[in-house]
Amino acid sequence: MRPLRGAPLLTLLVLLGPVTAGLVGTLAPALGVFPALGGTRPSLAPMTALAAWPGLPGAVMLSVGVGLAATAISLVIVVLFVAGWQGTRAMAGLEQALAPLLSVPHAAAAFGLAFLIAPSGWIARALSPWATGWERPPDLLIVQDPLGLAMVAGLVVKEVPFLLLMTLAALPQVRPAQRMGVARALGYGPVTGWLKAVFPCVYAQIRLPVYAVLAYSMSVVDVAIILGPGTPPPLSVQVVRWMADPDLTLRFQAAAGAVLQLALVIGALGLWRLGEVVLGRLGRVWAEAGARRQGDGVLRLAGLGLAMLATGAVIAGLAGLGLWSVAGLWPFPEAWPEAISARSWLRHGPGLLAPGLETLWIAGAATALALALVLACLEAEHRFGLVPGARSLWLLYLPLLVPQVAFLPGLQAFALMAGVDMGRGAVILGHLVFVLPYVFLSLAAPWRAWDARHASVAAALGAGPGRVFRQVRLPMLLAPVLSAAAVGFAVSVGQYLPTLLIGGGRVQTLTTEAVALAAGGDRRAIAVTALAQTLVGMAGFALALAAPRILWANRRGLRAG
Amino acid sequence: MAGLRLEGLRITRAGVPLVALEADIAPGEVLSVMGPSGSGKSTLLSAIMGTLAPSFAMTGRVRLDGCEITRQPPEARRVGILYQEELLFPHLSVGGNLAFGLPRAVRGRSARAARVAAALAEVGLAGFADRDPATLSGGQKARVALMRMLLAEPRALLLDEPFSRLDAGLRVQVREMVFARARARGLPVLLVTHDAADAAAAGGCVVELG
Ligand SMILES: Nc1ncnc2c1ncn2[C@@H]1O[C@H](COP(=O)(O)OP(=O)(O)OP(=O)(O)O)[C@@H](O)[C@H]1O
Ligand SMILES: [Mg+2]
Repeated sequence: MRPLRGAPLLTLLVLLGPVTAGLVGTLAPALGVFPALGGTRPSLAPMTALAAWPGLPGAVMLSVGVGLAATAISLVIVVLFVAGWQGTRAMAGLEQALAPLLSVPHAAAAFGLAFLIAPSGWIARALSPWATGWERPPDLLIVQDPLGLAMVAGLVVKEVPFLLLMTLAALPQVRPAQRMGVARALGYGPVTGWLKAVFPCVYAQIRLPVYAVLAYSMSVVDVAIILGPGTPPPLSVQVVRWMADPDLTLRFQAAAGAVLQLALVIGALGLWRLGEVVLGRLGRVWAEAGARRQGDGVLRLAGLGLAMLATGAVIAGLAGLGLWSVAGLWPFPEAWPEAISARSWLRHGPGLLAPGLETLWIAGAATALALALVLACLEAEHRFGLVPGARSLWLLYLPLLVPQVAFLPGLQAFALMAGVDMGRGAVILGHLVFVLPYVFLSLAAPWRAWDARHASVAAALGAGPGRVFRQVRLPMLLAPVLSAAAVGFAVSVGQYLPTLLIGGGRVQTLTTEAVALAAGGDRRAIAVTALAQTLVGMAGFALALAAPRILWANRRGLRAG
Repeated sequence: MAGLRLEGLRITRAGVPLVALEADIAPGEVLSVMGPSGSGKSTLLSAIMGTLAPSFAMTGRVRLDGCEITRQPPEARRVGILYQEELLFPHLSVGGNLAFGLPRAVRGRSARAARVAAALAEVGLAGFADRDPATLSGGQKARVALMRMLLAEPRALLLDEPFSRLDAGLRVQVREMVFARARARGLPVLLVTHDAADAAAAGGCVVELG
């Protein structure tokens, strides 16, 4: 009983300890304090050096612009789609594709998109030479364009499934069918009615995930390296470059950049909040004005088209990766390779074994730890009647709101000062910070929805709390427990920055390998590595889906969901 | 001294009184508690079970066969309960559900299986041990739930409207069976219900709540 009572506190510590320590460790060098590197007195020198970097305005604009654009576009696509297609077959179809889409790592999706839209990519090949007249790849900067448009696209295709999942999870609580019934009876079109009667309440529920998307899009590093511009890059990428520089004095500048990144995210969140208020006001005026249908048909089609485009891009991108990984000679502008061969897999596959195992190790350990902590928290909540407040949800989201690049350098700084070697164990704990919130968010709702009278019956039958947990609740909730684990596993597989910065460049996973290949441009090596990364992430979901079906094949009561 | 005694039982929520009851139920007798929805009937039963939600406070004592059980954990009280839903564990077979409640003192796989089989036969479900509980009819589920509870050898039985979901014909049949089995085992029974016919069939005293 005792250790269980401490579970929520321990979880909070695991979650917020590294974030807080990392922020302190970033802030100190940003203000000139870093004894190991000779910085003993506070000074503004790092900030001045940062301000003197000529790329700063561009990097800041990119960070803010890309973040706001990717978040706004993703949200609009999700809202239009759900508004127009709630409760239809199209929606059910996309829901099926959601879990595998979510498990595709950001880096792999970004590579897939790059392979599609690059001047020598699939789209250009499909249109050449008959439509474009191109016999050679055109000299266009489509991928890594200076405005970051490709990067926005790469983020949107991955954030749409995430926000869609969050919206679908929030939807039942606002009883959309009843609300829409009323709205339709009052003569409102499906989209207009949904936007006016359902959306405000749904948005209140998905606000935190939207903020997380904004913070993530502003400060992401791996997608930026693959699809974003290089000179200047978004601020977060520049911070990582300075961190990796052999000239250790640049660490001060890096820390200053990280602090600026944090400030930018906080500022953008504030701006977004302001936008919410203004749009909310305007929306109320619009709702009260009583217009019944405003381009419902067009909006509905747009929602479907955009959602299909976003999901289609990920799927086509993966297909493109698949084809490149087995392509023999494939000259431009052919749409298909001249020959199919296993050569690339044979050549690059063996080298991926070690990082593959490392990926499995880290993801497996981080997921197991996260699952143990989350189950302990939820069980403590049940046994001691704890009622989690709204604040605990904020705390859970905190690691997703504070940019990784703002606190991971600080952790590295601490390690440097303490002279400890941060190996695989530290990387696992670093991943845990990001895996835990997702596992908790996936599992909490089904765990709490369990009919607790089963526990009363089991107790009346003489079973103590431990036995009820092991023999009744856990088996009954096996499917949601495993899918939460799969979500956590996929999150860990996709992590780039924690592995890079906490591992000090010495821990190699499939993700760090894949991103490291971005600069080289060896398409076959990239394809093989990114696919391996995707397959590992998806394998978790496949297992999570298959295990309960096999285990409970003869139990109809557990196959409803 | 045998039987279930509620001594000055009072349940409050945020200081507001919800239920107050004084009762003495002899072995084989039924006390029916009636009251409108929300009057605290289920809450009363969870207080006796020891599973009262933390938002409630309780004073008074519960005695079972002379011993006070108010401070015992639910699994040690040996108070059985049947709810409106059967709440069979969906991951276990019918036999597995029964075996879950069978005391550890019954040792050996075959001895336990024999007890389970006998219990099933007692309610006309011989050969059902390997069935998936989700494939049973409502009446069959009710019988499995009853036997599961009785196999755990409770010393009192609480009934939270266990008949209200069954249709009229089945309802009479299941009700008779539950009361007969409880009487045969000499169990004090506390029944909460909306339905005057249930209380009448129980034949004991009736208390009104709320
Ligand atoms: N876990 C809980 N926490 C707080 N309040 C609760 C809890 N469970 C029930 N209540 C409240 O306590 C009161 C009594 O509920 P209870 O379930 O005991 O009623 P009941 O008489 O069994 O009703 P019904 O006939 O509908 O089953 C109700 O107002 C209910 O909302
Ligand atoms: Mg009740």
